Amino acid sequence: MNQSVNPADIHKAIVEQQKIQDRKKLMVNGVLLLLLLAAPFVMYPVFLMKILCFALFAVAFNLLFGFTGLLSFGHAAFLATGGYTTGYLLSNVSGLTTELGIIAGTATATLLGLAFALLSIRRQGIYFAMVTLALAQLVFFFFVQSEFTGGEDGMHGIPRGELFGLINLEDNLNMYYFVLVVFIACYLLVQRIVSSPYGQILKAIKQNEPRAVSLGYNVDRYKILAFVISAALAGLAGSMKSVVFQLASLNDAHWHMSGEVILMTLVGGMGTLLGPVVGATFVVNIEYQLSQGPLRDWVDPILGGIFVLTVLAFRSGIVGAIETLVKRNFR
Amino acid sequence: MTRPVLEARNLTKEFSGFTAVDDVDLLISEGSIHALIGPNGAGKTTVFNLLTKFLQPTRGQILFHGEDITPLKSAAIARKGIVRSFQISAVFPHMTALENIRVALQTAEGSSYSFWKSGNSLHKLNERCMELLESVGLAEFANTTTVELAYGRKRALELATTLAMEPQLLLLDEPTQGMGSEDVDRVVALVRKAAQGRTVLMVEHNLSVVSKLCDRITVLAQGAVLAEGDYHTVSADPRVREVYMGSAGSGERGSQGAASDNVEAAQ
Repeated sequence: MNQSVNPADIHKAIVEQQKIQDRKKLMVNGVLLLLLLAAPFVMYPVFLMKILCFALFAVAFNLLFGFTGLLSFGHAAFLATGGYTTGYLLSNVSGLTTELGIIAGTATATLLGLAFALLSIRRQGIYFAMVTLALAQLVFFFFVQSEFTGGEDGMHGIPRGELFGLINLEDNLNMYYFVLVVFIACYLLVQRIVSSPYGQILKAIKQNEPRAVSLGYNVDRYKILAFVISAALAGLAGSMKSVVFQLASLNDAHWHMSGEVILMTLVGGMGTLLGPVVGATFVVNIEYQLSQGPLRDWVDPILGGIFVLTVLAFRSGIVGAIETLVKRNFR
Repeated sequence: MTRPVLEARNLTKEFSGFTAVDDVDLLISEGSIHALIGPNGAGKTTVFNLLTKFLQPTRGQILFHGEDITPLKSAAIARKGIVRSFQISAVFPHMTALENIRVALQTAEGSSYSFWKSGNSLHKLNERCMELLESVGLAEFANTTTVELAYGRKRALELATTLAMEPQLLLLDEPTQGMGSEDVDRVVALVRKAAQGRTVLMVEHNLSVVSKLCDRITVLAQGAVLAEGDYHTVSADPRVREVYMGSAGSGERGSQGAASDNVEAAQ
């Protein structure tokens, strides 16, 4: 068997292959960037921003679900906390620039994420999902009961304000490019995390947790970090969303929202980078198209059907299915 | 006898009324290959889980180089130098063989929380990974996804991963389980190589492997230590023959698979 295999050659091949993959990644990113830069001239910017906010939310969720193997059923809590905090501050603190409001919203969601993580991380599988759901319901009731959220009516008229006190965000195109920059930064961050040394450990934990423990890893800490980063990005998505729509409502805190982000991630392809983006785009579009037509009362059942179909027939989602096709036909 | 690397005193594990491990004392001396044998359900794997704290002992103490490590967590014990393998092959199935080993090297390398660093920063560990892969004859599979490797190769990879931790004490849970005789011979050679400069405690069903490899044998039955000594002492012990080979057992068959057959006969 050992026909003159030189370890150095193999190693060189691996590094070379890595380079090719990096280049491919760069190309996909480039094409995507061009599309997103041109998009607001073809489509309505507010609709695009909605897609970007949900895409960021799903990317955040996928870091935890797809790459760490933890199914949180409480991510709505972070989306809503980000949204309400930013909305409240921008509405009530005069002179606060938009980016500071968004940072504050993200920070609050991050802290909430840490609290959630500390309380839930020792549970496995379904128990973990249930603890996160229960905690998110607590947060939901807090928002229902609080004065400042406007209860069932929601928080309206949040001023978009000015970015750094300079750029007027009331202008939809300005707003769009700001959201786009934040989205791209977060997307690249997640891409980096997944391929980083830390990402390798997350992969290992996801694939065989006892083995990772036996190799000396304190897996709880790695999971907590992933949870907190995921919560932070979800909070950021919520903050941006409240600025874009100048509205924060209980919808974002409801467990439907936690379910919807699972749907987006699964339909797009969990554990792939692009999957949640594609999934969010798909779901937001379907919801919009259906709500315009005669099927407007059938949105939930139709999404439910898509969900069932994905889980039964396309386990790897849209992106996963395309990847398989490409691999099969072009190698 | 040389000084003990690992010592367990009165180790006991009760599961709501059932005593799986009953007052076990173990003394693993430095540089030895020590086997833990016994029929199915004797508590061998439970002892492993207790020693590495995958289970919490009900009573008892575990000492590593004389230091009490009973309160430590699994991950901390691994970092101290006690690294275990598992009964079913413990690999990361969707990583390449090289990445599997690299995960083990990252423990010591200290960048394992660096989520902002490029993955390419790990390339500096690749050389050591290739050495380890070569030492178990897997160099040519470095870039193969582990799930695609044959069973025997997975176990070899697991061993190489464990060795990457530079453990002082290696705990192997049935390293030859489910293998054909050709693979068994290879694993025996690998374990012998791995044991140089190290101490090994292994659970093993295959008595021919035990007789070839191990300096000292502890026989467990129903959670308690039944006998201890070298292979000849233990195999001559009538009590051991009684529980392990079955009372009708007429001597050792020695061939691969005989042990498990006998265990079944004993039940």
